[in-house]
Amino acid sequence: MSESDIIVCRCEDVTLADVRRCLEEGYTTFEEIKRILRVGMGPCQGQTCSVIIQREIARYLNKPIEEIKTHKTRPLVTGVVLSDIAGASDD
Amino acid sequence: MTKKSIVIIGAGISGLSTAYYLAKKGLKDILVVDKNFLNSGATGRCGAGVRQQWGTKLNCILAKKSIEFFAKAEEELQYDKSIEFKQKGYLILATDKEEDETFKENVILQNSLGISSVKLTVEEALKIVPHLNPNSFISATYCNTDGHVNPFLMSEAYYKAAKRLGVEFSFFEEVLNIETQNNKIQKVITNKREIITDKILNAAGGYAYEIGQMAGVDIPVYSEKHEILVTEPTKEMQGPMVMSFSKNIYCQQVPHGSFLMGRTTPDAPHNHDILSSWKFLDEMSKTVTEILPEVAKLRVIRTWAGSYNVSPDHQPIISDTVNLEGFYIACGYSGHGFMFAPITGEILSQMILGLEVEDYAKELHINRFKENRVTDFERSVV
Repeated sequence: MSESDIIVCRCEDVTLADVRRCLEEGYTTFEEIKRILRVGMGPCQGQTCSVIIQREIARYLNKPIEEIKTHKTRPLVTGVVLSDIAGASDD
Repeated sequence: MTKKSIVIIGAGISGLSTAYYLAKKGLKDILVVDKNFLNSGATGRCGAGVRQQWGTKLNCILAKKSIEFFAKAEEELQYDKSIEFKQKGYLILATDKEEDETFKENVILQNSLGISSVKLTVEEALKIVPHLNPNSFISATYCNTDGHVNPFLMSEAYYKAAKRLGVEFSFFEEVLNIETQNNKIQKVITNKREIITDKILNAAGGYAYEIGQMAGVDIPVYSEKHEILVTEPTKEMQGPMVMSFSKNIYCQQVPHGSFLMGRTTPDAPHNHDILSSWKFLDEMSKTVTEILPEVAKLRVIRTWAGSYNVSPDHQPIISDTVNLEGFYIACGYSGHGFMFAPITGEILSQMILGLEVEDYAKELHINRFKENRVTDFERSVV
């Protein structure tokens, strides 16, 4: 299967070829790649792509995977409708 | 020991733009250092809007010249991707009589400077954004050449163009101290090395004050946290950025399909905190539910925050320094450094190379605060 047919991030439709091109351009941390390709910015918040990309970075840099940081975890854990938050009462 | 013609501190949009223009004008041995990675600071955290509807002359001029650049940026920088420049306007809501009066004056000022903004009634505004709550505002202003640029990709476009012109970048390198002697710069000391130079550009964004202190230069700016959220992507439903100063909201659908929205935290402490808060989410969702109820039906998927670097008059400091030769400053943008970046780089490259600088740009000098020459104050800030 070709690199450009392998989807790494399903939320933002990013392929393995996209990620490898980014690495070649010198972006070798998840946070840098995220800002260029949007990996980890979609509704699943990197739950699928983070480990795959971590492994790709480790391979590219020839480092053990545990030395490669994954993405920054941000709120929310799951998508919530804005008007539901607005309507929720404090008590 | 490394020797450089200039050390630019900060690879945010102001540092990148200035590096590009300096190299384009022929300066060699330019070094840009950043303590983190590309897009890690305020530029990569901003709301991605670009507008010309300001309340001060200087901000209007800076914005207009910058938008003119965004329109031709891909070509000029030979960027192989799109910077996602979208010109669908900014719609700014007035919610009371006082704001309505101020906006009338703003439009007169903007028009006098060649910015094509117009004053709109509620009915006219609804034609542009039909899902606005008609009871949430009394009038609006609109400028159809305002819009959106992707900050990550705009930064990358400058970064790659500057690199092609020979600019050297060093990431994950933090400036720890600046050595001076007889009002001249000697060295920049980082966590990795010492660099000999006689010129520095302080483009450190949220940390501009601290860099100033290292050089013994007092810069009257502070940093404060501003929060922002993004929704799931949806069909194209809103052209312009909708903004209200009194309701404390800006909200735009970006070309990707998601909505970005943010607000100011009243009385935010002056510090470098950039953690997301529950309070922001609570207040933001209430405001958007009131003004844009259709948008409030979307799911929020992420929140984050970044620093505004705020100046006393909410206009940037683009300046040299009287008491320290070769020390240049680009800070205090008060939340709008991204959208003023092209003209920032143009002005600073002229100053640094000793070229002719236009008169208006001289008014952005840091000495305006010392000499009580501050005549204008920008109110149009969220």
